[in-house]
Amino acid sequence: MVEAIILPLVKIVIVLVAVLVTVMYIVLLERKVQAWVQVRLGPMRVGPHGILQPLADVLKLFVKEDITPVKADKWVFTAAPIIVLVPALIAFAVIPFGKTVTLFGTTMPGYIADVNVGLLYIVSVAGIGIYGIILGGWSSNSKYPLLASLRASAQLISYEIAVTMTLVTVIMLSGTLSMVGIVDAQLAKGWWFGFMQPVAFAIYFIGGLAETNRAPFDLPEAEQELVAGFHTEYSGMRFAFYFLAEYANMIVVSTVATTLFLGGWLAPFPNVPALSLLGLVPGWAWFILKTFLFLYVFLWVRATLPRYRYDQLMRLGWKWLIPLAILNVVVTGLLKVLV
Amino acid sequence: MVEAVAFYSLAALILGFGVLVVTAKSTVHSVLFLVADFLCVAALYVTLQAQFLAVIQVMVYAGGIVVLYLFVVMLVNLKRPPEAHSDPRRMGRLGLVMAAAVMVELVAIFALGWSKPEVTGGGGLSPNNVEQLGRLLYQDYLIPFEVASVLLLVAMIGAIVLAKREL
Repeated sequence: MVEAIILPLVKIVIVLVAVLVTVMYIVLLERKVQAWVQVRLGPMRVGPHGILQPLADVLKLFVKEDITPVKADKWVFTAAPIIVLVPALIAFAVIPFGKTVTLFGTTMPGYIADVNVGLLYIVSVAGIGIYGIILGGWSSNSKYPLLASLRASAQLISYEIAVTMTLVTVIMLSGTLSMVGIVDAQLAKGWWFGFMQPVAFAIYFIGGLAETNRAPFDLPEAEQELVAGFHTEYSGMRFAFYFLAEYANMIVVSTVATTLFLGGWLAPFPNVPALSLLGLVPGWAWFILKTFLFLYVFLWVRATLPRYRYDQLMRLGWKWLIPLAILNVVVTGLLKVLV
Repeated sequence: MVEAVAFYSLAALILGFGVLVVTAKSTVHSVLFLVADFLCVAALYVTLQAQFLAVIQVMVYAGGIVVLYLFVVMLVNLKRPPEAHSDPRRMGRLGLVMAAAVMVELVAIFALGWSKPEVTGGGGLSPNNVEQLGRLLYQDYLIPFEVASVLLLVAMIGAIVLAKREL
């Protein structure tokens, strides 16, 4: 009873709270990082160095008026933010934060579930999130959101192909679809897959930027052309849902990248006895450290690179990333047969 | 007991959403109910220990094909159903014929082949049925699999040729 129901529930609550708090603070971190890049200070007023800024932002979003446009399709308009947020959150069900985690004195698996199709589960759940974007743009009954949602979904579908192809190479190396199994395979091989598959790693990260609509691929929310993108007509909590989903998706992409390419919860060089000191740090701490490495790069890229033009985006996706990813699968297969 | 409850509630949801798909006034709502329907079917697969099929169902049908439906429906902006080429009485008769055909099929299946199919699922399947499925597809049924993919390729080329007059 306790093992089967209570423990997973506790873990789900912990993961959800952790994700939501992380989202709040990534927003602050993003503003801070951007400010530092641009030689500014960023938020400084609420709390020391703006540390309480996220609380103020959340409070503001809670009390803002929630407007539904008169000509909007009310049901779909209400459902769309939920449809976009739920997949982003349930993807965390299969993310392994550690092999084992010690909580309240008991040791337990460091993941909510280890299904034998874990990786595919994440891909398929991410596919459902597209609906929230398309429907949000359509149901607003306004031209800018519609254009933005068409852009967003075309972009998502295009880059999903390349990203899925890179996952195929990881599966070929690990021989399993289970997220826990993939990390174990990296331990057994003695190499993080990021070093064995640098091309797949690079394509995955670029695709991840595009799939989360982050700069330099943030065309769906290009202010100059589309006001605010597919959530132009949303306000208050519903807008917050979109915001939350975008950042939660960033975290999903980062955790998946960590699991697939940077050895998940493994300490660096787990097979080198001289560096076994690094193993004293618990696995989940390494996992979080690596995840934040990715998140930081997300923010860094946004502050550094200008936005792509739409035709450039499509050309990069279809003419470079997808052929390269397929070639990578073929080469990996050949090497697997020959070596 | 738990399985029965799960099955009947999922079956009820699937049928309910199916009815909503054909009765919904707005085409976009229809498409949405279709997505919900596919998700319930995926849940049904999970109760049958076919996690791989469930995930593929979500990925291909709910996440892929219906997104394209939605695109088309949104872009053509159907305010009302196209009555021009739908004679309601003719459609009704056609529906009756189809329903009768399905009825005959069901009767034939239940009357003639009532013996239950040999159940290999449940305990018989190893938890890692992705591997089993892969072996079946790429070893035992390789040729049908490849033929099916060639068929899809032909369909795709056909669609491109039809859509693009001058290549």
